[in-house]
Amino acid sequence: MACFVVPAAEAVVTTVVHKVVTAKEKKEANSISSEENGRIKPKKVPFSHKLKWLNHMLWGGSALLAFEHIWHGEVTPWFPFLSAANSASDTAEMLHEMSTTGVAMAVLVTGVWLGMALVTSAIEKRPVPETECQKGELS
Amino acid sequence: MTLLTAVFAAVSTTVLWYFKDGENQIKLGTLSLMYWGAALMWMVDAVFEYAELGVEYFIPMPADMLNDFFLGISVTALGLVIWLALLLFKDPKGVIRHALHKAGNC
Repeated sequence: MACFVVPAAEAVVTTVVHKVVTAKEKKEANSISSEENGRIKPKKVPFSHKLKWLNHMLWGGSALLAFEHIWHGEVTPWFPFLSAANSASDTAEMLHEMSTTGVAMAVLVTGVWLGMALVTSAIEKRPVPETECQKGELS
Repeated sequence: MTLLTAVFAAVSTTVLWYFKDGENQIKLGTLSLMYWGAALMWMVDAVFEYAELGVEYFIPMPADMLNDFFLGISVTALGLVIWLALLLFKDPKGVIRHALHKAGNC
């Protein structure tokens, strides 16, 4: 009915967090030199970049699910935009769906992203030849 | 069918990204993440529907199946359109900037 609203709301939050983290990382990068004792530190994927993966999954998934809801007539282009908001019983059902299916969607996507971030950290620890440093950028 | 279509789209774009766009020059990684996000969300939807309907979930009416497949294809097309708009806006290879610069000099 409107389950996509929950991951979309999470996407708004993660987008704001991403902006803040990116600004913080840029500030840190300007103040800290990448060289230490004459050796260049191995470059790691910044946290802001990993957050971008979550943003893309949440925004992309929500947008495509919103289209599905338009397809089924659950989202309308006129007020109140959700067909379930027209009656009290439908609204209650919609809120129940948001609190169960919607929350589960947001939790699963976030869980998968956490898994991706952990696997990426493990892969980063492997030795990488100098020429391949730039490859593997997901987004 | 919508879930299946999204999963196939996600797997195809991930394989394409891995073999052809490791540096994400044409933003295939972004497209694959969009499809994975949608596929995961539809998977949750499917689990809840299965919990409600039981095995009947796996025996859909042909008309419903066709409609869901049509929806899946439409969603995949919408994903491609969003990706194309993003690609042209970001212009990672500078093609549009170059074309505009060229047109401005003529």
